[in-house]
Amino acid sequence: MTDQELIWRIAGGSGDGIDSNSRYFAKALMRSGLDVFTHRHYPSRIRGGHTYVEVRATPDGAASRGDGYNFLLALGDSFARNPSEDAYYGNEELKPLSENLDDLREGGIIVYDSGLIDDEQVEEIDLHERAEENDWHVYPVDLRAIAKEHGREIMRNNAGIGVTAALLDMDTSEYEGIMDEMWNDDILEANLAVIQDGFEQAQEFDQSHDLEMPDHGEPDEQQALVSGSDAIAYGALDAGCRFIAGYPMTPWTDVFTIMSQNLPQFGGISEQVEDEIAAAALALGASHAGVKSMSGSSGGGFALMSEPLGLAEMSETPVVLVEAMRAGPSTGMPTKPEQADLEHVLYTSQGDSARVVLAPGDQQECYEQIRTAFELAYDYQIPSILIYDQKLQGELRNVDASFFDREPDADPGSVVTEEDIAEAAEHHAGKFKRFQYDADDGKEGVSPRSVPGQKGGRFLATGNEHNEAGHISEDPTNRVLQMDRRLAKLESIREELDAKGNQTHHGPEEAEYGIMCWGSHQGTVFEAVDRLNDAGHSVKAIGVSDMMPYPEAEVSEFLESVEECLVVEMNATAQFRGLTQKELGRFGPKLSSLLKYNGNPFEPAEIVEGFESSIDGEELTVNNMKYVPAAGD
Amino acid sequence: MSAFSAIGEQEEAEEDEFTPGIEPQPTWCPGCGDFAVNNALKKAMANLGKNPDEVLLCTGIGCSGKLNSYFESYGFHTIHGRSLPVARAAKLANPGVEVVAAGGDGDGYGIGGNHFMHTARENHDMTYIVFNNEIFGLTKGQTSPTSPKGHKSKTQPSGSAKDPVRPLSLSLASGASYVARTAAVNPNQAAEIIAEAVEHDGFAHVDFLTQCPTWNKDARQYVPYTDVQDSDDYDFDVTNRQEAGEMMYEVESKLYEGEVLTGRFYKDDRPSYGQEKRSTGEMPEEPLAERYYDEDAEWERCAEQLIEKHT
Repeated sequence: MTDQELIWRIAGGSGDGIDSNSRYFAKALMRSGLDVFTHRHYPSRIRGGHTYVEVRATPDGAASRGDGYNFLLALGDSFARNPSEDAYYGNEELKPLSENLDDLREGGIIVYDSGLIDDEQVEEIDLHERAEENDWHVYPVDLRAIAKEHGREIMRNNAGIGVTAALLDMDTSEYEGIMDEMWNDDILEANLAVIQDGFEQAQEFDQSHDLEMPDHGEPDEQQALVSGSDAIAYGALDAGCRFIAGYPMTPWTDVFTIMSQNLPQFGGISEQVEDEIAAAALALGASHAGVKSMSGSSGGGFALMSEPLGLAEMSETPVVLVEAMRAGPSTGMPTKPEQADLEHVLYTSQGDSARVVLAPGDQQECYEQIRTAFELAYDYQIPSILIYDQKLQGELRNVDASFFDREPDADPGSVVTEEDIAEAAEHHAGKFKRFQYDADDGKEGVSPRSVPGQKGGRFLATGNEHNEAGHISEDPTNRVLQMDRRLAKLESIREELDAKGNQTHHGPEEAEYGIMCWGSHQGTVFEAVDRLNDAGHSVKAIGVSDMMPYPEAEVSEFLESVEECLVVEMNATAQFRGLTQKELGRFGPKLSSLLKYNGNPFEPAEIVEGFESSIDGEELTVNNMKYVPAAGD
Repeated sequence: MSAFSAIGEQEEAEEDEFTPGIEPQPTWCPGCGDFAVNNALKKAMANLGKNPDEVLLCTGIGCSGKLNSYFESYGFHTIHGRSLPVARAAKLANPGVEVVAAGGDGDGYGIGGNHFMHTARENHDMTYIVFNNEIFGLTKGQTSPTSPKGHKSKTQPSGSAKDPVRPLSLSLASGASYVARTAAVNPNQAAEIIAEAVEHDGFAHVDFLTQCPTWNKDARQYVPYTDVQDSDDYDFDVTNRQEAGEMMYEVESKLYEGEVLTGRFYKDDRPSYGQEKRSTGEMPEEPLAERYYDEDAEWERCAEQLIEKHT
């Protein structure tokens, strides 16, 4: 850990304003010139239950949640149902304090709401003994009383912000500016007063800690605080997507919500429908009618989309689906991340898969790769899937605002105009050859696509095997020609993806060892690689985004250049390593796995430890991780 | 100049415009009621002066799904039970296209039941024709959602213990704004009803009694029927929900007692889903699909929104 960072954790119950408050706090720190990164931990519950958000702030780039944290603001759970240790859920009132102590670094600060958590409860968990052992600095403040004095208890969180600012010697003006943008009149006044009261009370404390706000200058340029979901939604809109259909499911709902709120003013259509089969089918229907469309879900809902996904492949209807992974199987852990739907997304639906699957590694990649997903889907008349997870979808990070300032791409891809149809090849029965074997528009396997309402372009789209005009056919020669044509698209797409370079490399090129990851753990892995190299190891990493078609050349080159490679992923069965072995079998002996599947994302230190023990052949001491040696070892 | 010049292009059409040329030829069994649906649909579209290029026919799976091959238009032969969600989205994307969905009783009232209920509830401006022959045909004669109680088949060897679905009542309760029943034995009435359904602004559901001479020789679809509009025995107001509901209940009950009643049972002129959605500002006034072909279209970029909310 560096001393030059703050990792501030606000804990309470669902409904205590943890999420919004941490978002404003992160934004205020960002505006003041720090790089920020947030991590959310919450239960599948509307009110109460143990929830926290971490805001990490550093002057020099934050790509992961970091290790542990150094400032706890424990609000206590005001919705606690069971203020008794013997209850099923334990003492919920106390959990925001008691559940968070294990990760608090030495020398860290604890602020708790003494209006909700009394001395007796604090004694229960031996807080003061533990504080002495770990050099923690404990500041009880009656946040509840401060909030109540100004009208509403819900403002406890802002009283905590005031206390935080005083203890860290932080200027509250940026935060107050955000309050001013959010609220009006009385509510604003009350919130500002609460912040001020908290600040003043904390100034009176006998402050004994060393922690303060990291040094930072003015921000270089305007920053935007975005989640993976924000980046995906804005990327889809900039890709010319004007139709979305969906059904609520955590954690995909965020993308759906952002799209639904924006689409009407973008002249588009959003449909919340009866189930995920309908959602994907609607996206196909709108796309068939000529509109760039998307749908999506999380694991369980995506399972229902298998059918329409296969139909999109066979009927060559372009569509983009997003899959936000959460811990499975079945309903699993709805609010916890996992990367265990890869095989599901690659292979679900009957027959041979012909689809594009991309797994972005951070917010910028979310924006770029959803655009790529649309471009490929509509150029090649193939379904594209963007797979991401609960971690990436919700964590906030600052990105240069100018990064997102791009031209929209309204090109509907491989559709033809009525003029083209008039000149196009015809089937011997006088039909437009929608599924022509050998059409050549420079893209392998792509045939001309017409849209209902165009004169002379009528054809049949079907999930059955079909001839060039679209009519159902079981002719063996036709079957092979059509299958080969559809699969040939993946070869051309591979070339296009290679040119785009979706894979991200990190660390010295000549390194001896490799770490490979996919999707959301990219930043965490890169941070671990830096530390390993600082500690004298020789390591580099690759974050892979292209899942189908697989980036054979680039990964081969990477694996050839290292002695051994540790594959880091959040699942129990090493799915991405399995995919790599399937695609590049000869590297099997070089690949071992570091796995974690307890519902909490990796911290950089865990990857450092996992790597070191894999090199030394030692047992892992970190809980909840699993090392799996190379196949057959 | 619209990118979709087939839409609204012609006012008169001949029936044979909706017949494919030399192929494919229908593969339905001789005597199949599906021929009657195809003929009625062709006749209705010709009478309305539609152009095959402005019609999108979406079907499900089974013998009914083959309609797409023998009816000349834009077609989307989807998957089992899923014609409605595909169809309704196409209509939203390009409201000028005349959208018709068709499927069998298993497809529509069984596997697609949820979509049927919600498409009716939302009152999408489209036509839905259900080939109701009380049997799963293409899979070789299994009991379907509309097979009568006691129906014996290879999958229900002791006779079905289930009451059949009441498709008309289900449709009315779900929110369909036009509900009718016709039968293969009366091609004239069938063509008229389908034309009315196509013209109707809202979800128009036609339960089309067809016979399956191969697997369901016991069905009632062969017997003479009564058109309730032409009969003095039935007097009810098709715009009155309660009267329509009572009438439907009687019609559905009598079908399995050997008396076939057909006709229009309900008509409601409430705004279609598209109209409602446009009135709330949730849907553009102009057909969305057109925009992609308009070189002068202004496409919004996100940067402005993003800067406003996220910086």
